[in-house]
Amino acid sequence: MSQSAVDVPPKGGFSFDLCKRNDMLTQKGLKAPSFLKTGTTIVGLIFKDGVILGADTRATEGPIVADKNCEKIHYMAPNIYCCGAGTAADTEAVTDMVSSQLRLHRYQTSRDSRIITALTLLKKHLFSYQGHVSAALVLGGVDITGPHLHTIYPHGSTDTLPFATMGSGSLAAMSVFEAKYKEGLTRDEGIKLVAEAICSGIFNDLGSGSNVDICVITKGNNEYLRNYMEPNPRTYVSSKGYSFTKKTEVLLTKITPLLERVEITEVGEAMEE
Amino acid sequence: MQIFEYNGSAVVAMVGKNCFAIASDRRLGVQLQTIATDFQRISKIHDHLFIGLSGLATDVQTLYQRLVFRHKLYQLREERDMKPETFASLVSAILYEKRFGPYLCQPVIAGLGDDNKPFICTMDSIGAKELAKDFVVSGTASESLYGACEAMFKPDMEAEELFETISQALLSSVDRDCLSGWGGHVYVVTPNEIKEKILKGRMD
Repeated sequence: MSQSAVDVPPKGGFSFDLCKRNDMLTQKGLKAPSFLKTGTTIVGLIFKDGVILGADTRATEGPIVADKNCEKIHYMAPNIYCCGAGTAADTEAVTDMVSSQLRLHRYQTSRDSRIITALTLLKKHLFSYQGHVSAALVLGGVDITGPHLHTIYPHGSTDTLPFATMGSGSLAAMSVFEAKYKEGLTRDEGIKLVAEAICSGIFNDLGSGSNVDICVITKGNNEYLRNYMEPNPRTYVSSKGYSFTKKTEVLLTKITPLLERVEITEVGEAMEE
Repeated sequence: MQIFEYNGSAVVAMVGKNCFAIASDRRLGVQLQTIATDFQRISKIHDHLFIGLSGLATDVQTLYQRLVFRHKLYQLREERDMKPETFASLVSAILYEKRFGPYLCQPVIAGLGDDNKPFICTMDSIGAKELAKDFVVSGTASESLYGACEAMFKPDMEAEELFETISQALLSSVDRDCLSGWGGHVYVVTPNEIKEKILKGRMD
């Protein structure tokens, strides 16, 4: 048997084996591929009893809309949620990774997770990759010390704010917040303000669109309102649908019948002592 | 020239009523020269799970071999087939592992999960999953495919109608793309059978 390494599942982290080959291809004139980005408007605000996070639902690949209804509010812990903007694979991978680390930490300490723990884990990871892991996050939740809202930039810097916006639509959303935010908002006022800010991003920023997702986190409770508002319904559906008068020509057909899946439960004998 | 335009490809998957269909073109080219008209882009992982890979052909074949290896290991350990959702997470993790030197291909995964509920998803080349309830597309003809599928798709189609819809969407989209085409390869999978059909298309 040759000495080449077998492809056993590695211990974790990134592997760089294809970098040299990809560099060679780029030098020969082949441009690198574009990744799925979440153009995005993501926002968060602190209200009287906790935190409200909001996000749009459009995922883009260059100028094309790849996903009209993606989820940008990621679960981190029962009392912590995180919205992600930037490269979609990075935001998903980073939030999943920190979510599992938080769960292990909860098992070890027998305590609810604190937002500051999630913040430190995220910023350490992002800083160590010097901004190449392109994830811009709005992290919010309620823990024993109260409600917290933070923003995390791809290079690892963080801010702690009473209201925050990130993503390509952040300027549109921030204008709404700066005009209408005040301390001590009630739940309904807060939801209305967040929905308004996301809508301003959806309608004015080309990288954001489709629906509004909202997540309300209070002490001991969280509510994920998926597709809270759908201001862009599809209106051009033809009721008759497409009828194909000329069928496609088929050259070859192969039908493989599948055996029905049968569950076999063997009644085994108990093991002898 | 873009790396994904080196070989040319078109892959699409659609959801029907307790069934799914996955289709691809058949051309393999080196930039503008066609070198094969029977290239296999869609591969079976197990009876109810298919993966179609578009992009650089060498990575398509390498990634397919790696995924079959991982699935066989899973079958030995768990004594059952992988669920489509689990498989999608596996593919996503394998692709993200190479975040800074990625496999230059985009997978389309289609399978029947528990209760014969169809599942489809696509990913970009670094593993960002995009689940959809209606259709997913990938490849050089993806922009035309988006348009054709948006117009032609109807929810809850039966297997026959689903086959017709996906074939028409595929053939009309690859006709508008120089780098893909030369026929089509469609798999329609219901709980009881796999129907594999080769389509006659424009050979230009």
